[in-house]
Amino acid sequence: MTAGHPANAARFTADEPRAHWHDQALWFVREKRDRAAALVPDWEALRDAAARIRAHTQGRLADYLEEFERNAVARGAKVHWARDAAEHNAVVHGILSAHGVRRLAKSKSMLTEECGLNPYLEARGIEVVDTDLGERIVQLAGEPPSHIIFPAIHHKREEIGALFHEKLGTPAGLADPKALTEAARGHLREKFLSADAGLTGVNFAVAETGGIVVCTNEGNADMGTHLPRLHVACMGVEKVIPRLEHLGVFLRLLARSATGQPVTSYTSHFHGPIAGGELHVVIVDAGRSRILADAAFRRSLACIRCGACLNTCPVFRRSGGYSYEYVVPGPIGSLLASARDPRAHASLPFASTLCGSCDDVCPVKIDLHDQLLARRRDLAVRRIVPLGKRLAMRIAGLVLSHRAAYEAAGRITRFLLRILPRALLYGPWNGWGRRRELPEAPRESFRDVWRRTRGAGRG
Amino acid sequence: MRVALFVPCYVDQLWPRVALATVSVLERHGVEVVFPEEQTCCGQPMANAGCAGDAAPLARRFLEIFGGFEAVVCPSGSCTSMVRNHYDAFLAERPGFEHLRKSTFELCEFLVDVLGVKALDGRFEHRVGLHQSCHGLRELGLGVPSELALPRSSKVGGLLSSLRGIELVPLARADECCGFGGTFAVAEEAVSCLMGRDRIADHVQAGAEIVTGTDVSCLMHLEGLARREKIPLRFQHVAEVIAEAIA
Repeated sequence: MTAGHPANAARFTADEPRAHWHDQALWFVREKRDRAAALVPDWEALRDAAARIRAHTQGRLADYLEEFERNAVARGAKVHWARDAAEHNAVVHGILSAHGVRRLAKSKSMLTEECGLNPYLEARGIEVVDTDLGERIVQLAGEPPSHIIFPAIHHKREEIGALFHEKLGTPAGLADPKALTEAARGHLREKFLSADAGLTGVNFAVAETGGIVVCTNEGNADMGTHLPRLHVACMGVEKVIPRLEHLGVFLRLLARSATGQPVTSYTSHFHGPIAGGELHVVIVDAGRSRILADAAFRRSLACIRCGACLNTCPVFRRSGGYSYEYVVPGPIGSLLASARDPRAHASLPFASTLCGSCDDVCPVKIDLHDQLLARRRDLAVRRIVPLGKRLAMRIAGLVLSHRAAYEAAGRITRFLLRILPRALLYGPWNGWGRRRELPEAPRESFRDVWRRTRGAGRG
Repeated sequence: MRVALFVPCYVDQLWPRVALATVSVLERHGVEVVFPEEQTCCGQPMANAGCAGDAAPLARRFLEIFGGFEAVVCPSGSCTSMVRNHYDAFLAERPGFEHLRKSTFELCEFLVDVLGVKALDGRFEHRVGLHQSCHGLRELGLGVPSELALPRSSKVGGLLSSLRGIELVPLARADECCGFGGTFAVAEEAVSCLMGRDRIADHVQAGAEIVTGTDVSCLMHLEGLARREKIPLRFQHVAEVIAEAIA
């Protein structure tokens, strides 16, 4: 059981300047995304196309995965299948230990975060170096990422300066982003040169070609896989796309949605191993086929992990990634977390105003807010919604089903709002009134006025 | 034309002036307004809490009460969207539901899409901030939201800007959510209030005297925050603004 989003979010917002800073930083990205999208004349058509390709692929996922496997193997890659996180970790560890790997250079992969690969490998004596700058920052800080694209977005530059001073020996007080990046570069260069293997995520796996595509801005996936002879690439089953021609649709959407760039600085295509090396592709289910089997929620598997729904979400921007207590936060994270363990993440489907902004930025048009609503229904049916709330809704439903009861309840409420002393109205039980005034209650409801002025016999 | 007025429960009880303004706007446009007194609530609070079983009887009731009218008009985007976009689960295949779904309108879209009003004949000499309530904007399509790479438009904004003397102030964030969100307002009180205060700050920096919108729920939340902090903003539902302007 987690602490729950409301309590975590209340803690985050308590430091209001920081919450505003977080909000502004991500709103800046959202606006950059808007400008980038506006420059593509057929942006909305592109989103439609991506959504259709994803829907089609989901309909025959097994076929495309097998096609991918055949073609990847034909190009010399080795393909492994993992049912869950434990199997994934064991497979990766098996490959690494068979090659005597002591140090692993790892580029960004939310899947390995989901599987808890780093601690698994570290416990078995393998040094794992996250080579994405943001990932390296949170790794040095001993934290999980707080955002799927900007893992260290919750840290201010001064905090990163202090961390680098402690861990990398940069001068105390150094907070210039460029200088800090240079320091990280020098530090990582040494790690790249001494790594025995490289591990990457997979943004897209093309069934038709058997190739995998990895997008980064720092070239760290390439650095990590070109020097060592061993490349392990980990992907969820949902990453496959049917044809090479579909790749263009997703690549045009991905970086624009994620950061507002036209394309990531590096889009690396791997077709088989490098000369004299090995390429292992680990394909992981870890609950995805269960989501696929659930018609109400399968569309959440279309996600390309761009993070646009996080950046646009007014709740995420003001509550921070950690408030979700799941590897993927924000609207899509709330769906994925509650699909995985509805009871443990029961507050997440409610961590939304259902404003729908996420649906409209999503490059693959996932109906995020409708699915959050569907998950709320699912939680209520399973009685995971707290009894008090279900009872309140039952009573409200009954009262509202009878006009006379409704009118009486309305009259009493308005009467109490008018006569109760402020101290009583605004007691600790009034969640509305902590920071807000209650509306002023009129003597007459609309229907009272209507009856008085236009009712039967008067009209 | 004869229409049934659908007044959201909390508007009926707490904001009668908004429903009265709606009646006066409709009647000024030559519409005959009927108020079916059996109506209570569309069931949205229960549905959004996930308690579909408690919302279902209210949806069936709604169809019985409103199914026979040529059109239903409501001064709320959110409650209109409940009928149009979320009643399927309760009423699909029921006789009369398709008609109800297609003929239930939010007030401004009724004026623009059904009555074909292009401009209002009225005067409103105020600096006004338009709060784009999310369900009206994104679920009903009362405008093109800022997320979409399409030319901006707004039915509500269009009507308001046709009033003489009005100044619609430009907001830094054109259509960010106010944080009301139904039970969210209490369940996630901290984030809800921060979102609301940020919206208020945006309207204040833009120089608004009055904040208006299609949904009293959002305005009630924002007004509650502004009153507590003694921010001298006024909040008026779009029906009140129009009624005052064309009176």
